[in-house]
Amino acid sequence: MSTVATERPVAAAGADDLAALPVVPARHPWRWLAGAAAVVVVAQFLHGLATNPGWDWPTFRAFLTTETILRSVGVTLQLTLYGTVLGFAVGAVVAFLRLSRSPILQTIAWVYVWAFRSIPLIVQLVFWFNLSYLYKRFGIGIPFGPTVLSFETMDLLGALGAAVLGLALHQAAYAAEIIRAGVISVDAGQLEAAAALGIPRLRQIRRIVLPQAMRSILPNAGNEVISLFKGSSIVYVMAIGELFYQVQVIYGRTGRVVPLLMVATVWYVVLTTLLSFGQYYLERYFARGSQRTPPPTPLQRARGLVRQIQATRLTAPTGGTS
Amino acid sequence: MTGTTMVEIRGLHKSFGQLEVLRGVDLQVAAGAVTVVLGPSGSGKSTLLRAINHLEKLDRGYVSIDGELIGYRRSGGRLHELTEREVLRQRTHIGFVFQNFNLFPHLTVLENVTEAPISALRRPKTVARKQALELLDRVGLADKAEVYPRQLSGGQQQRVAIARALALEPKVLLFDEPTSALDPELVGEVLDVIKDLARAGTTMIVVTHEIGFAREVADTVVFMDGGVVVEQGPPDAVLDAPQHERTRAFLSKVL
Repeated sequence: MSTVATERPVAAAGADDLAALPVVPARHPWRWLAGAAAVVVVAQFLHGLATNPGWDWPTFRAFLTTETILRSVGVTLQLTLYGTVLGFAVGAVVAFLRLSRSPILQTIAWVYVWAFRSIPLIVQLVFWFNLSYLYKRFGIGIPFGPTVLSFETMDLLGALGAAVLGLALHQAAYAAEIIRAGVISVDAGQLEAAAALGIPRLRQIRRIVLPQAMRSILPNAGNEVISLFKGSSIVYVMAIGELFYQVQVIYGRTGRVVPLLMVATVWYVVLTTLLSFGQYYLERYFARGSQRTPPPTPLQRARGLVRQIQATRLTAPTGGTS
Repeated sequence: MTGTTMVEIRGLHKSFGQLEVLRGVDLQVAAGAVTVVLGPSGSGKSTLLRAINHLEKLDRGYVSIDGELIGYRRSGGRLHELTEREVLRQRTHIGFVFQNFNLFPHLTVLENVTEAPISALRRPKTVARKQALELLDRVGLADKAEVYPRQLSGGQQQRVAIARALALEPKVLLFDEPTSALDPELVGEVLDVIKDLARAGTTMIVVTHEIGFAREVADTVVFMDGGVVVEQGPPDAVLDAPQHERTRAFLSKVL
């Protein structure tokens, strides 16, 4: 700084010389110190993970991939899949009822969302589980008239069915709002242009509005799917053999709580990671046309790097300088 | 110009809440003629255009295109509102080009142009594709068929929008300030396309602020103010010897 003050006429030094001077980056000692402190804390934690016998890694290894655990992971995935598919299907219907021009349908959709967001999921689940107490038989027929087909409610709706129904109906209320938010975020000019072109109404929604709405639906939907995936552990109250219930059964028997919780944790983390990958590629697909040149995927970037390394290796022995 | 009437507008009224935007508009457009609508902002030009293809419902009056009432059906001394499906079918006869292009950003240029012919006119994909490529060639964008709208300049986007409107082979083409959203150096390329269409005998109604374009291309210039047609006639009459004070005042500001 002081040198600048003494050699005040900068231009006198010659503009060419100034342009050629090397640039020294500013130093950030506090940034480095804070980083080092954080690394020490993380290292301590990792050291504890490895050395504290309480984690009991041998037990963890023994149970991580046993058949009971794998089967329970399967049940958790089933609950997530059915809950998501059914939840978003019902949610889409509710969203479009809410967006329809009929005040009756709008009100019904609003009440649905209001009701299912207001009742805690766990209360709903226990309620569905006890549905046969309220309705012993379930029939199809003329409203308020004779019944044509009828079933025992409990035959139709086992424990797993009740759980899926509860999760899906709960999910549908949130999905409806997410889908509605996506649809109203699409520029009104898009619908106007589609209407001016005479494109049929359903096609306007499916081909013009929804693909654009997906851009803002997907990040929220990703959140919902992941929270449903982990939230499915709540159905342990119905004694369904999903991951968390199964882990509890095992540690109830063996008393090894911590390693078995780690088994569940690792499965939840691994599968959530896979879901996040899926979300990334899905988002990328629906972003087409939104940027002039879409950025490369991590995979493409990795491939590009490999290609670059191969290229340099090929050209290096010939000694050719580019 | 054959002289038969393509668009007929009578006694058109339209209010948005308290604000009466159109207060009895009468207008006739001959088949093959180019009508340019001028007027200060808020004079109802855009609303008139949007009423023609029933993007806005009418409060009173009617619009008919090639003898067909738009948005309503007359029976037993009353006008019955048409269903949405019927209005959509009618709109396939009316091309509309927006100020902000409103291209579908997630579809390629080609898909933008073929969408309506495929879904509204049920044309086979190969036929729609071939026709779309011809139209893109006509607006000078044959090489851009596979790119997305955001990869194009504003002028190119508007030319795609024109090709998209032409793909339905409309009886009349409506332009709502087609060059107002463009950088000055891009205005010319869009106006050139519109001039070509005029020479080919397309019936058009163009809302614009381009006086030079009106002088060169218009068969009729319509001056609107306060929701009514103040004055209309051939360009040299309206632009060079306006009869009304309001027309003179407007032209003195824009010329």
